[in-house]
Amino acid sequence: MVFVLRSLWVVLQHMFRKRETYRYPEEKAPLPPRWRGRIVLARDPDGGERCVACYLCAVSCPVDCIALQATEDDQGRRYPDWFRINFSRCIYCGLCEEACPTYAIQLIPDYEMSEYRRDKLVYEKEHLLIEGPGKYPHYNFYREAGVSVGVKDPGESREEEPPVDIRSLLP
Amino acid sequence: MTTGGQIVVIIMIMGGALSLAAGLIWVERRLLGLWQDRYGPNRVGPFGILQPLADAIKLLFKEDWSPPFADRSVFLIAPAVIFATALLSLAVVPVAPGIGVVAEWNVGLLFFLAMASLGAYSVILGGWASNSKYSLLGGLRAAAQMLSYEVFMGLSLAGVVVLAGSFSLAEIVRAQADLWYVVPQFLGFVVFLIAGLAETRRLPFDLPESETELIAGFHTEYSGMSFGLFFVGEYIGIITISALITTFFLGGWHGPLLPPLVWFLLKTLVLIAVFVLFRAAMPRPRFDQLMAWGWKILLPITLINLLVTGAVVALP
Repeated sequence: MVFVLRSLWVVLQHMFRKRETYRYPEEKAPLPPRWRGRIVLARDPDGGERCVACYLCAVSCPVDCIALQATEDDQGRRYPDWFRINFSRCIYCGLCEEACPTYAIQLIPDYEMSEYRRDKLVYEKEHLLIEGPGKYPHYNFYREAGVSVGVKDPGESREEEPPVDIRSLLP
Repeated sequence: MTTGGQIVVIIMIMGGALSLAAGLIWVERRLLGLWQDRYGPNRVGPFGILQPLADAIKLLFKEDWSPPFADRSVFLIAPAVIFATALLSLAVVPVAPGIGVVAEWNVGLLFFLAMASLGAYSVILGGWASNSKYSLLGGLRAAAQMLSYEVFMGLSLAGVVVLAGSFSLAEIVRAQADLWYVVPQFLGFVVFLIAGLAETRRLPFDLPESETELIAGFHTEYSGMSFGLFFVGEYIGIITISALITTFFLGGWHGPLLPPLVWFLLKTLVLIAVFVLFRAAMPRPRFDQLMAWGWKILLPITLINLLVTGAVVALP
């Protein structure tokens, strides 16, 4: 009997506690900095697309919500012809971001993407591609890469040695 | 009182009870929110007070579907029974001196007990007619629980009757002018409160509809407004039990300064809040614990209480 009265008293005391609720649309909950929300495709600092259409994100996606088609421009730079993410399937696990070798695909702290129609949750490349570099402001994949697609020639990178002449015997 | 005046009183009490029951849906959710450090409904109207209206509109526009395997006529009657019996028991409650539907009736207390027993039928029939396993289990539990707890619900009131010397509720309230019966009949008060919780199937005793094990128990198969009737019937049951505890043990309309009606409403509302507090604080017991608690603890307490009361009254 005493324990009943005790728990009634404890609950009654909660009348004077601060409420935990965030009244959402007016008052937003603070998000952790690594919050995984909407997926974007970032550009490199020079404004070119970072995505090299390697399909690693599509392969790593556990719910198969990413689809894309690779293509090349006339200088041999790979990029996705189209890139489609179905956000009604996406579980925001972030595996695509981890798989991406060029920091192109990134999850940003934005979760307010409700729609009244399901097909509006299918984002195409023009919805995904953002203007800036996202989380990695100075990284430019084609400045580090060994191939030349018109950004730099081999050997011109920061810590890259000039290409070895394999036909010469000199060190 | 004239017939016209009586009809006005009937309409006032019925309308009051119904609107209070609707308001209770909001009050309960807000109070639960308050005690659980959150807000509860706060969007529809000021402080969310129009939430019951939104709920009612939603329920009315839902399909009232009865499953093909159900016993249709009984299935549809069952929710009406609980609603009717809960409202009818309110008829014997005196809300103020001379105001009450049949408050002076010399078997008012027995009428309330009869209506409480009839209310059990609603739950049992609803569970039976649904013809599904969860509903049947809920109905069985309700039958066992309500029958057992009715035994000492009636016996706990016997002490009050012995003291007041009447079955009329108005007479019982008048007899409490000097001393509320909660003092001499404290055990009866506690037992009646617990039995009242069990009768209304409120949270520590909501085993007939325990969501975790029986989905919704006896009203699993109900939808639309027939579910709504069970829902509102439960709230009217809370109002009735609170009003009756006020009448039997807390001196009804008696109280200083404020007018009698205000005192009655105040006590009733405080008791309703206590009912909600029980829901916010108490876990649900196991069913065998419930039955053992009833028959092995509450029944002896009630009998001892009755015995002592009778002895004190009989001895000069």
